[in-house]
Amino acid sequence: MDRLPKWADVVLVPLVSLLFAAAISAIVISAIGQSPLEALDVMVQGSLMSAYGWGYTLYYTTSFIFTGLAVTIAFHAGMFNIGGEGQAQLGGLGVALACLMIPWPHWSVALLAASLSAAAFGAIWAAVPAYLAAKRGSHIVITTIMFNYIAAALIVYLLVDVLRPAGQMDPATARFAKEMALPTLNQIPILDWFFIKKVPANITLFIALAAAVVVWAILWRTRLGYQIRAFGKSEAAAKYAGISPTKIIMVSMILSGALAGLMSVNNVMGEAGRLLQNSSEGAGFIGIAVALMGRNHPLGVVLAAVLFGFLYQGGAELGLWTSIPIELRIVVQGLVILFTGALDVMVRMLLVWLFSFGKKRQVA
Amino acid sequence: MDYATLLQILDSTLRLGTPLLFACLAGLFSERAGIFDIGLEGKMLMAAMSSGAVAFLTGSVWLGLLAGIMGSMLFAGLHGVASITFRGNQLISGVALNFLASGITVLIAQRLFGQGGRTPPLAGDARFNEITLPFAESLRGVPILGPLYADVISGHALLVYVALLCVPLSWWVLYRTRFGLRLRAVGENPAAVDTAGVSVKGLRFAAVGITGLLCGLAGAYMATALQAGFGREMTAGRGYIALAALIFAKWRPWHALGACMLFGFFQALALRPDVVTAVMQVKIPVPFLDALPYILTVLVLAGFVGKAIPPRAGGEPYVKER
Repeated sequence: MDRLPKWADVVLVPLVSLLFAAAISAIVISAIGQSPLEALDVMVQGSLMSAYGWGYTLYYTTSFIFTGLAVTIAFHAGMFNIGGEGQAQLGGLGVALACLMIPWPHWSVALLAASLSAAAFGAIWAAVPAYLAAKRGSHIVITTIMFNYIAAALIVYLLVDVLRPAGQMDPATARFAKEMALPTLNQIPILDWFFIKKVPANITLFIALAAAVVVWAILWRTRLGYQIRAFGKSEAAAKYAGISPTKIIMVSMILSGALAGLMSVNNVMGEAGRLLQNSSEGAGFIGIAVALMGRNHPLGVVLAAVLFGFLYQGGAELGLWTSIPIELRIVVQGLVILFTGALDVMVRMLLVWLFSFGKKRQVA
Repeated sequence: MDYATLLQILDSTLRLGTPLLFACLAGLFSERAGIFDIGLEGKMLMAAMSSGAVAFLTGSVWLGLLAGIMGSMLFAGLHGVASITFRGNQLISGVALNFLASGITVLIAQRLFGQGGRTPPLAGDARFNEITLPFAESLRGVPILGPLYADVISGHALLVYVALLCVPLSWWVLYRTRFGLRLRAVGENPAAVDTAGVSVKGLRFAAVGITGLLCGLAGAYMATALQAGFGREMTAGRGYIALAALIFAKWRPWHALGACMLFGFFQALALRPDVVTAVMQVKIPVPFLDALPYILTVLVLAGFVGKAIPPRAGGEPYVKER
């Protein structure tokens, strides 16, 4: 197969995949008897045309940046970390324990402690499958799937039997103290000129953006990043060059798990103010779509996370204002993963064919 | 625990183990042919919705079953096109199809029935009803074996017996037919099969087709026999438990039966925490029982309980003439 120019590979392939996904979603919407254009209008109005809408879009974006980066860093090492969901849920446990055990005087210290704790919990939950993959040859995809379910069961047990305060009915921890509530965008100077109403997007957004820069720096500006990428390209060559597979698998998965765990700072500490059952709400899985869409580059991940933030907030608006079920966003997510991930070759073949068409014309 | 309680639990073991068994055998054919399939869950869900909806609309469980199989086959076909024709990443394709199924089933069911993504409850001919095997009542008086036959083995929906028959059938197809030999070979060394002049793509599509058929049966069983209708996310991770059972069984049909029934037994126990507490003398949390299949699978994968070696060419698209 001919090669595409680099710009086409980086920009055009994901864009065309997205168009495919959008076209099929439009067909689905028409098939259930609704107007795709009207749906798009509701989504854009509800998520992008007001500061309030942006407040929600950016809240989702924050979570998706973390999980997208988590999938990305593992992907560069040739590992498909499908366990972001479980790692995020454990991260949520880390946040809850940090916020409940110690009465922090101010949100800033609490944020630091909760972030460290969330990252550590997520990292540990990823380290076990990583160790089993590196030392015992277990398939990382299957073990991380299993760990998602084990995490879900563990959290249910802890919320029902251990962490639930006496006299409370719903399975959740106690509320965190008021001092630990993270400032939302409408409480941050300068930004509050724009965000006049209370929105869920909070200061974690800036941690997410910083994480994207850090991941970029690790992958392309450090020896470790070079080793990770080399290992991901060719395990045999990396081994020959003296790179230890065990080290790369462990380090990349631990970083991945830490990023997935950090996501929970956004929803558990920033939004809910307590740990609820299934708090990550599938964001761990969306990370797969975000990473694929973002071509496994932190900048791409941030852009794709905004896109998915739009999709999630827009989808919620659809559920509110139209009779299109909110589940449409899961369909779009599936389509994006299908076209950008599994049907990648098809999109490329199509583009190569189109490009060759243009070339022939020039010759003639 | 008295004998009657044991029989009750074994009865629900068989009920709950059946969808796992169908899905596990489905995964067996696919993975033996070298196509990883983590989309079992999605195919089951799609089949459950299609069969539940059509069974309700037509009042015929048979048409429902057919629709379920077609729904599942459609997704199997997509997986085949993505991972065989376009050599896409099989794992990513599976993940994508699971999401697609999870969303689209609710969308369609909501559009058709407007009941929050459920189908209305099925009754009468729209369901697979329980079959009483011959002599079940007259043999009940026989000590121990009589009640076992009457309460556990007899009195299930037809598909339960079909699932059990699929085990020897799968074994026979895989190990005693030319097709089975080639199918297994294509999962171990596709180049050799190609050299012998047999179409790798054809065999893999056939395997993916069988997977679609079996997942269709699994989903249809869930919506028309185990429960009376489709509900959103009703497969509840069973596709992944089936995958776990497949690894536990080390990709072999008879072991798959054992693994699925073991995991079905855990699910049955999770419904009866009182019994578990009485037997174990300590309170075992229900979530632990839910997580047990996954924990066991991790242990098997790690080689602590025997070594699970998957088919060698699993997960790799085959490129002719490299």
